Amino acid sequence: MMIREPLIFDISGTEKKAFSMPELDVPERKDLLKDIPSREEIEDFPQISEIEIVRHFTRLSKTNYCIDEGFYPLGSCTMKYNPKVNEKVAALDGFTSSHPYAALDVNQGNLEVLKTTEKLLQEITGMDAFTLQPSAGAQGESVGMMLIRACLEDRGDPRKIVLIPDSAHGTNPSSAHICGYQVQEVKSNESGTIDVDDLVKMLSEEVAAVMITNPNTLGVFENDIKRIADIVHAKGGFVYMDGANMNALLGICRPGDMGADVIHLNLHKTFSTPHGGGGPGSGPVGVKKKLEPYLPVPLIEQNEGIYSFNYERPKSIGRVRAFYGNFLVVVKALAYILSLGAEGLKEVSEIAVLNANYIRKKLEGIYHLKYSTPALHECVFSDKFQKKYGVQNLDIAKRLIDLNIHPPTMSFPLIVHGALMIEPTETESKRDLDMFINAMQQIAEEAREDPKILKSAPHKSYVRRLDETYAARNPILRWQPTQE
Amino acid sequence: MNYISLSDKDKKEMLDEIGISTVDELFTSVPKNIKLKRLLDVPAALSEPELVDKLREIAEKNKNAGLLSFLGAGAYQHYIPAVVDYLSSRGEFVSPYTPYQPEVSQGTLQVIFEFQTLICQLTGMDIANASLYDGASGAAEAVLMANRLTRKEKILVASTLHPQYRQVIKTYTRNLGLSIEEIDFVNSGKIDTEQLAKKIDEETAAVVCQSPNFFGIVEDIQTISNIAHKKNALSVCVVSEPISLGILEPPGKLGADIVTGEAQAFGMPLSFGGPYLGFMACSKKYLRQFPGRIAGQTKDVDGKQGYVLTLSTREQHIRRERATSNICTNQALCLLRATMFLETLGKCGLRDMATHNLYKADYARQKISEVKGVEARFSGTSFNEFVLSFNRPWVEIESSLREKLIIGGYDLQKDYPGLKNCALFCVTEMHKKEDIDKLVEILDEILRQ
Amino acid sequence: MYPEDYYYTKDHEWIKIEGNKATVGVTDFAQKQMGDVVYVELPEIGTKLKFHKSFGVIESVKAVSDVYAPVSGEVTEVNEDLNDAPEILNEDPHKKGWVIKLNIEDKAELEELMSLSDYEKFLEGLED
Repeated sequence: MMIREPLIFDISGTEKKAFSMPELDVPERKDLLKDIPSREEIEDFPQISEIEIVRHFTRLSKTNYCIDEGFYPLGSCTMKYNPKVNEKVAALDGFTSSHPYAALDVNQGNLEVLKTTEKLLQEITGMDAFTLQPSAGAQGESVGMMLIRACLEDRGDPRKIVLIPDSAHGTNPSSAHICGYQVQEVKSNESGTIDVDDLVKMLSEEVAAVMITNPNTLGVFENDIKRIADIVHAKGGFVYMDGANMNALLGICRPGDMGADVIHLNLHKTFSTPHGGGGPGSGPVGVKKKLEPYLPVPLIEQNEGIYSFNYERPKSIGRVRAFYGNFLVVVKALAYILSLGAEGLKEVSEIAVLNANYIRKKLEGIYHLKYSTPALHECVFSDKFQKKYGVQNLDIAKRLIDLNIHPPTMSFPLIVHGALMIEPTETESKRDLDMFINAMQQIAEEAREDPKILKSAPHKSYVRRLDETYAARNPILRWQPTQE
Repeated sequence: MNYISLSDKDKKEMLDEIGISTVDELFTSVPKNIKLKRLLDVPAALSEPELVDKLREIAEKNKNAGLLSFLGAGAYQHYIPAVVDYLSSRGEFVSPYTPYQPEVSQGTLQVIFEFQTLICQLTGMDIANASLYDGASGAAEAVLMANRLTRKEKILVASTLHPQYRQVIKTYTRNLGLSIEEIDFVNSGKIDTEQLAKKIDEETAAVVCQSPNFFGIVEDIQTISNIAHKKNALSVCVVSEPISLGILEPPGKLGADIVTGEAQAFGMPLSFGGPYLGFMACSKKYLRQFPGRIAGQTKDVDGKQGYVLTLSTREQHIRRERATSNICTNQALCLLRATMFLETLGKCGLRDMATHNLYKADYARQKISEVKGVEARFSGTSFNEFVLSFNRPWVEIESSLREKLIIGGYDLQKDYPGLKNCALFCVTEMHKKEDIDKLVEILDEILRQ
Repeated sequence: MYPEDYYYTKDHEWIKIEGNKATVGVTDFAQKQMGDVVYVELPEIGTKLKFHKSFGVIESVKAVSDVYAPVSGEVTEVNEDLNDAPEILNEDPHKKGWVIKLNIEDKAELEELMSLSDYEKFLEGLED
């Protein structure tokens, strides 16, 4: 068993340092400190040597599981391989050392990156315009909903309601709420898609938009999407499409051709930029012409080869963050698109779907599949067969950790109890897929033969099952000097 | 180049297993009338060497190489110790998802816990979260939080808050019925506290100010907080240049209830504005309305200490439309860099870096003020930025500086029409004395003409 | 298990009536569904509750549940013990884990409540 790496504060000494400043080459005016409320020292701040820092973080890093290490079938998160060349180009000095407020002629390369990426995303999605400002998917969602609201207000009535399928990701209702909308849930039918009759009943002149994830969180393509869009449009509403699952559709079909008015993408999912343990991401928003006037400022324009920012956008919703978005993330996504080309992009989705269907076929019958509808890039099983042995999805997930595989998503979709949402992505080898399938078969067998081994899993990890109830009842959210 | 790992033989075996003969058959659920009947119109695929050439060519269109820059205004150039780039590029940090499975994410979780602690120590607050997108959205989240806590709808915002942060607050609140009013500044460059005292009332949810403010001047947080508290409003302090916290009294000790801001200065390169790192800290009693992810300490079944994401009932994946924020993915890798940066600099290093900024900016301000045709606009004490007022239009001076390979300050007139011919300059520890002397000399030359 | 002299709702609250006063909590079924309770958001004393409207929130590690008023009335007391020890709600939901006390405003609303035998039948119906 590995020894727990202590907190930096517990190994901090006195007078140790890992960094020193050059000699000060201007007058030292200590009197200035008297004019402002200044502090003597930062109490308990770390003091440690460089090798100790390096070992601290190296040891900590070894306790993380990551895509570079192995299979990571976290459904809806699109944990594909992150190409290393993308990191290399994003680290080019021309990009990293550019100040966001430097004059336009100094930053033409950056504007070219943004404009080129916008155009490529337009072609890939069939939308008319993009903003790359949103920092992540959820911020993209709220921008999308703000655009819809701004356009409806312009028409005289913002309306009140947003319809969201019960299979949706939690950020959807949360984003709609931030824009001042009431959320109403649309039921899924027995094939796991939107119940169009239910939707029609709920539609009215009060409905501002319907938020649809396509393929939905079951991996199922909403094949009535065009009809749904027509019905919603006929009532004067908008169709928001959550592009979190765009990895299934590259070069196959485009949201813009299905009737979506506004979409967001996650560059840190479909477009291969690393997740970094939870960000930074990037959540570009694409719109049809009618919503373009409302996009955040500034827009990038190109005239005779010169790029510039346009701030004269009277109908714009404004800004949602400072500067122009998570720029370096955009650089990585651009590099990814350029390295794949049209055929490569299509192959991404084809193989992502092939891999998911292969897993589904191999595990069908061993794990319960609530919806037998054909699915695309992910498959959602449940723990129903294993429940009779007292085994839940969480136990299956934790046992996978012992087998050196990252668990699937379990927290949603809410319409599948005990969900195991598996998204292999296109980058996995057949060897890794088979290793996962074997692991899942072994676990199903263990559930029958020796459920205890699952209930107490993981056994081999750095820490074992952690007490989340204790953490929530007695929140310890920072190191304290009194702590021993 | 693609990143597929299946051979044709693998594909064939897998298709056979599924019981179909082509991949196309997997897409029958996509109706024909919306299927794309052509290839996407994107440039031909590039090999790795071609790709690097292409991106390098674009990067070189940025003409920043060899320029001496005095730009700050919310994005700061500071030295980044080598260990930060080295350690933060490890795949174990770069390539995992959000730490939903704590047993295989202790590294990320412990780093978050250390970051939360460091932010609390710097700001003087009880609790901190695991980052927000950036300083601007942090300021907006703080406003929304104050509205939830006080159930009041009037927000007073300092005009000395970063102009883009003010714009973001407006965007975030536009559909929620909040009213935003601005407080002017006075000749010291600080906000007009008399006007604040007049404008504030019992309907006010929060007073939002920045320190050091957009002009680089240290605001009187204690006075502002006292005014806010008298009317049961919250005092929100925004910090966009957090190196200043190495020497400034923490806002938490000066009455601030929520401290939020931008931590780009802690190890993030300028990168044309992102990714950066929003942070937020507050008093323990506001925990339930605190947005964003939080790591907490706990123990495993064997009693071994460990960390988990906790109090997640505040968040969108559980509370859905009633969540404290819709934030999901945040800026974890930037948080990691900031943690490495702060732990490497340590107690003395951060203080030294902060004092160098203070002294160098002061030296620059003094020297430039001696030049004829330019003067310091405000009298208040500043940290590493200061406002210069010129005797002719700033754009003329800016272009003359550019000819001498200097990127001058930030043009203030577009955001503050009253600050005619004024520009904001930033001097950090990255500027040597000769850089500053060069600026002074060239300004002198320009203004003599 | 479930006290006989209590009344019950479809949202799994229980109510114990003593004249014009009532004590309200959530049932054992509800606490089992929620799992380990970590936080209870209580209303302020004096709050006027409306029939069937949410008056508080119970949080477990991974779920948030509203608590609805079984009858209209004014809150006279809240169970402060739940602030420090929310686990009481799991350990003793029908007694020590009570949530609020209130003055009943409209006795006619009591007609809507279920008796123990009705509630038990209702629970049986819920099982898959």
